[in-house]
Amino acid sequence: MLTQEKPAPALPETATVISGGQALLHALTVEGVDTIFGYPGGAIMPIYDALYDFEGDLKHVLVRHEQGGIHAGQGYARSSGKVGVVFATSGPGATNLVTGLADAQIDSTPLVCITGQVFAHLLGTDAFQEADVIGITTPVTKWNYQITDATEIPEVIAKAFHIARTGRPGPVLIDITKNAQLQKFSFQGYKRCDHIRSYRPKPIVRREYIEQAAALINSAKKPFVLWGQGVMLGSAEQEFKAFLEKTGIPAAWTIMGAGALPSDHPQNVGMLGMHGNYGPNVMTNECDVLIAIGMRFDDRVTGRLDKYAKQAQIIHLDIDPAEIDKNVKTTVPVWGDCKETLPLLTQLVEAKQHSEWLAKFREFEQKEIDAVIREELFPTSEEMTMGEVIQQLNELTKGEAIIVTDVGQHQMVACRYAKLNHTRSNITSGGLGTMGFALPAAIGAKFGAPNRTVVAVIGDGGVQMTIQELGTIMQSGVDVKILILNNQFLGMVRQWQELFHERRYSFVDITSPDYVQVAKGYGIPGKSINQREDLTGALQEMLAHPGSFLLEVMVTKENNVFPMVPQGCSVSEIRLK
Amino acid sequence: MPEQAPIEKEEYNITVYTENHVGLLNRIAMIFTRRKINIDSLNTSPSEIEGIHRFNIVINETEEVVSKIARQIEKQVEVLKVYYNTNEDVIWQEMALYKVPTDVIAEKAKVERLLRENGARVVVIRKDYTVFETTGHREETDNLIKVLQPFGLIEFVRSARIAIIKSSDGFNRKLREFERTEPGQEVVENEFLNSREKVFSM
Repeated sequence: MLTQEKPAPALPETATVISGGQALLHALTVEGVDTIFGYPGGAIMPIYDALYDFEGDLKHVLVRHEQGGIHAGQGYARSSGKVGVVFATSGPGATNLVTGLADAQIDSTPLVCITGQVFAHLLGTDAFQEADVIGITTPVTKWNYQITDATEIPEVIAKAFHIARTGRPGPVLIDITKNAQLQKFSFQGYKRCDHIRSYRPKPIVRREYIEQAAALINSAKKPFVLWGQGVMLGSAEQEFKAFLEKTGIPAAWTIMGAGALPSDHPQNVGMLGMHGNYGPNVMTNECDVLIAIGMRFDDRVTGRLDKYAKQAQIIHLDIDPAEIDKNVKTTVPVWGDCKETLPLLTQLVEAKQHSEWLAKFREFEQKEIDAVIREELFPTSEEMTMGEVIQQLNELTKGEAIIVTDVGQHQMVACRYAKLNHTRSNITSGGLGTMGFALPAAIGAKFGAPNRTVVAVIGDGGVQMTIQELGTIMQSGVDVKILILNNQFLGMVRQWQELFHERRYSFVDITSPDYVQVAKGYGIPGKSINQREDLTGALQEMLAHPGSFLLEVMVTKENNVFPMVPQGCSVSEIRLK
Repeated sequence: MPEQAPIEKEEYNITVYTENHVGLLNRIAMIFTRRKINIDSLNTSPSEIEGIHRFNIVINETEEVVSKIARQIEKQVEVLKVYYNTNEDVIWQEMALYKVPTDVIAEKAKVERLLRENGARVVVIRKDYTVFETTGHREETDNLIKVLQPFGLIEFVRSARIAIIKSSDGFNRKLREFERTEPGQEVVENEFLNSREKVFSM
């Protein structure tokens, strides 16, 4: 992972007596942290007191809710490739992090969360704002630890960063009791951690598996590559592209992998999964060798497992051995960091073109264009579609923006159609499907990539879950474009109710506030449109505005996202309508 | 794909070597509870290497589930190594303690014979009660309960299972390797990759 080291400020080299809080912040500066998303409270006050003196080195973004804080940390980590850092107080502050931790755990996002905790002598006494944070967060963290003595701080924080960013990345939570934050101790300096004896972030690559994989690929007539976020987490985009271009194999992506290869790359055949593209889903059950790179065969990708790629030999490249053979039985397991395994594989594979095979994907694409895409992106209907909004956005951003999405229909539409030229440009809650993710994640994404345009595409349901983060935008002055696609429904649930529950629309009819007025209350300019002729102009206005801008687009109410692999069906049973 | 016969569950002994870390027991237990798998027996104690603990966990599951669980456990930061074995692959024992009134024991000579037959030992003799101990498989420790019940069994306790793996050649050496900063490649290897050799059909 890319974490830049920078010289530690202020503190002298020799042993100094400082507080636990100061030691923590010093550690963060050595780890190259520049931004913290947080919210103070009683049990974390000594750390905040120390932070007062670190203002030049550590930027603190005051969020409006700890869930917003951790999603911002995730957005920061995903756009920058660095470890996101989040502060929260004990009890409710810490429990509010849980959704974000679960989200970061399932989507392998590197985070270090620091929570305050009651004084050590009060642990277990039901003290004010005490919660068993270690117990609560154990299943949703890669690692967690409670510090009750300040002398532990340097070593534990070093371990936290090492664990969060190496191997398969993930969230780490460090709970620090108030006495440890206050405690003065003799600080011996901070040493970054690069080894933990029981922790092996990546294995030594075994040559025989590379050779077996290469032999399979070389003999394949209809090879097919599926890639996931692992390509980006391993910073292996170039290695991946080199492998693809030498082998000429068509490649499709999971929602988490979007952007690792540019959307318009000739071998990029589209998105996998439940609402993915037609060709990639059908061809999964047609190919002879399936090469999965940094992806984990989620059920939303595979559909019915016992009818998934049964005809194919499967090569699985992954850094996490627990993923190999977890859902799909592998023919050749290539366990390792794809930054290392891909170049080794590229050396051994023969340069090929699979033009005929690739052309088949394009035939399916044409069918999908005729049945779904044309009408979605260039509708003849009176009301606007979500797809045409994304299409217009593509025209204006030229694929240069970071697109942050929430969860639901708009997410599927945005991920299907957004043009992405660069890696780390698609930030979404893929595994956990956390509504309310996009607005705070977009804030974090902008801090992580300040030179890029960040557009948060959000539904009218999700935006109301974390709308308080408009306050964070107001106060920090961060520039985030908020694009609300309002269909006046909890659209994805409504779609399922229409298709699978005889149109019994049970509690999916959701009302919205006047978003433009709400934004105005936060000092954020906004606009709401419901006519097609206003769309391009409004998007232009949003993108050109110096600073945050909220644009609400009223879209057709009862559109369905297609294609669709219905739950329990095989990927080859994908429906175009 | 040929139709597969339903796979039977059986008892598996999972052996876990870990660092001695607060909260790790919880982290390991949650891997089972998350999948609604009951732990039949759990023993944790220091291993022969200082600072390294050994868990013995017994569950009743299919090999497929057990192998996935083993990898999830091994993935935990503080876990050094995980092995799983069927009952045929291990030698295992449980220990049990039985407390009975001394006067009954003293009066009825038959009890002595029963204890001999069940391989029990006396741990403590007091005026009011006597504590016997036996080790063995579940049926053996269960048997002695049945035997002692008519003689006024006061209290009974049984330990978790401990198991030694039959094919554990070189375990101790491997464990010692972990103490060094950079373990050798052989130690680093994940065992499941080695056993995969058989599966390839190239």
